[in-house]
Order: sequence, then C-alpha cells, then structure tokens
Amino acid sequence: MRLQKNTLIALSSILEAAAEPGRQVVAADVAQKYGVSVHHLAKVLRQLGRAGLLESARGVGGGYRFVGNARRVTLLDVIEIFEDISARPAEGAERETVTDEGRGIARVLAEIDQTAKAVFGSITIATMLGIVERERRARP
Amino acid sequence: MPKDTFRIRPVDRADLGEVIDIDAEATGLRKVDYWYELFARYGGARGRQQRFFLVAEQGPRIVGFIIGEVRDWEFGSPPCGWVFGISVRRQDRQSGVASRMLDAICEDFRRAGVDKVRTLLARDDHLVMSFFRSQAMMAAPFIALERDLLDRTP
Repeated sequence: MRLQKNTLIALSSILEAAAEPGRQVVAADVAQKYGVSVHHLAKVLRQLGRAGLLESARGVGGGYRFVGNARRVTLLDVIEIFEDISARPAEGAERETVTDEGRGIARVLAEIDQTAKAVFGSITIATMLGIVERERRARP
Repeated sequence: MPKDTFRIRPVDRADLGEVIDIDAEATGLRKVDYWYELFARYGGARGRQQRFFLVAEQGPRIVGFIIGEVRDWEFGSPPCGWVFGISVRRQDRQSGVASRMLDAICEDFRRAGVDKVRTLLARDDHLVMSFFRSQAMMAAPFIALERDLLDRTP
C-alpha cells in the first residue's frame, strides 16, 4: 500500500499540529523535518485549511494549528482530501474486466482496497498519536 | 456521566432484560433466547475461569456489557482472550464505560494466564472498530475468511 507524497505530508502535518492542541506549529520547521519545500508544504496546508482541519496564522513564522476533532477525524478523512484509494482502475482496466481472469483479479484487488479503507477509516488522529507515542517509547 | 459513577461487575440473571435492551438498541434485534443461553454458558460463578460476562452498572441501571472468553490453540494460536460482544447505551457513550469494561475483562484475561486479547469485527463497523483502535488494538496476524454455503462449486 502506497500513499501519494502530498497525502503523507498532510498526515504528518496534521499529526504535528494535533500533538499539541492550541499551539501554533511553524510550517518551516515541519517542512525541514519532512524534507519538503515550504512552498510545497504551504499548498498541502491550504488544502487542509479548506477542509476545516487546520487554521493558519499569518505573519512571522507562518504557523498553523489543528482545529478538527482529533477523536473523530480519521486517517481516511485526511487521505480522501488528496486521493481516492478505492479500486483505482489500472491502465487497460476496461479491457481486462471483460475477461473472467480480469474480473477475478479485480475482485481480489477490491478486497484489498476494502480492507485498506477499513483500516484507515477506523484510526482517528487521537489513536494515531497514541501509535506514534508507542513508537517513540519503543525506540532504543 | 462522570467516570466514577458506575462500576463493572459480573452479570446477574436480573440484568438480562437490560442487556437485551442495550443489544437491541444497537442491532435492532431482540434476541431473548440467545441472551439467556449465553448467560447459562458465560454468566454466574461457573463462568469465572475462562468465560467472562460483565456489565457496567450506574445506580439501578445497566449501561453496558462486555463478553469474552479464553480460547485455546485455535489454528495454532496460543491461548488468548477473545472479546466477542460489547455495547453501551447510546445516551451513556463517550463517558469511558466501554474503556472501563475492556480494562476489566483484560484484567480477567490476565488472571486467566493469557497475555493477548483479540476481537473480530465487521469491516464497515467503524464505530466499534475505532473504539478498539483507540484502546491500542492493532491488526492481528490472522485473516477472517468466509464462503457462501449455498454455492456448492468452490
């Protein structure tokens, strides 16, 4: 399972901001931490702002803060702002699904997609912060 | 509802009416025979070693229930705790009832000598799956499979 770069940047940005509710996170710091340009990050943050998950602060530092409900917003909510992870037809898919083999393969791929959606849809930002914290504690 | 206003205890026969109501509120089905049969197998003192049926009680009301058991060596898996039923009255959700019930049954599982707890959920049951996720539960190394028995040509 792979997510697009912008989706990963969005998830990381949300987690950075939601980890300390109310605190302004400096966009430049996040850009540096995840190895993306401030310009690139700003585009992602604007999309998250339009979705009502982040609020930006103008001026020095260019900060932003999480304004969603961390116990309600799921990873799937964030992912779907940037990409559609449901059964993406591959190149030539129209041709493949007219064959029994193609339809069989499509059925297996749909099973994988449904499972991925169920996983992303069941993990809230608050739960994800718990997973991140456990990773932090497990680090030698 | 403040967290310290309810207590978790083993189910009594007298609780079953409310347990059935809580289940019916969530599922839309009143499964009276099912719950009495489940009580016979999981309720009372004889169920306390490997089988656990607990309720959350607030004053005179039952506000939630949880059921589980220790399962041994299913498909090579060492004994582990299984939760196969949990529900909280709609009006009493978001107040820690389910978390406290899960903590209590996990403690029972630990006393029974197991160190893992598992459950099985419908893939589209986001509400309950989100709850278990919030309790640090992750995907187990198993996949649930099924087959339509009306289809006789596998």
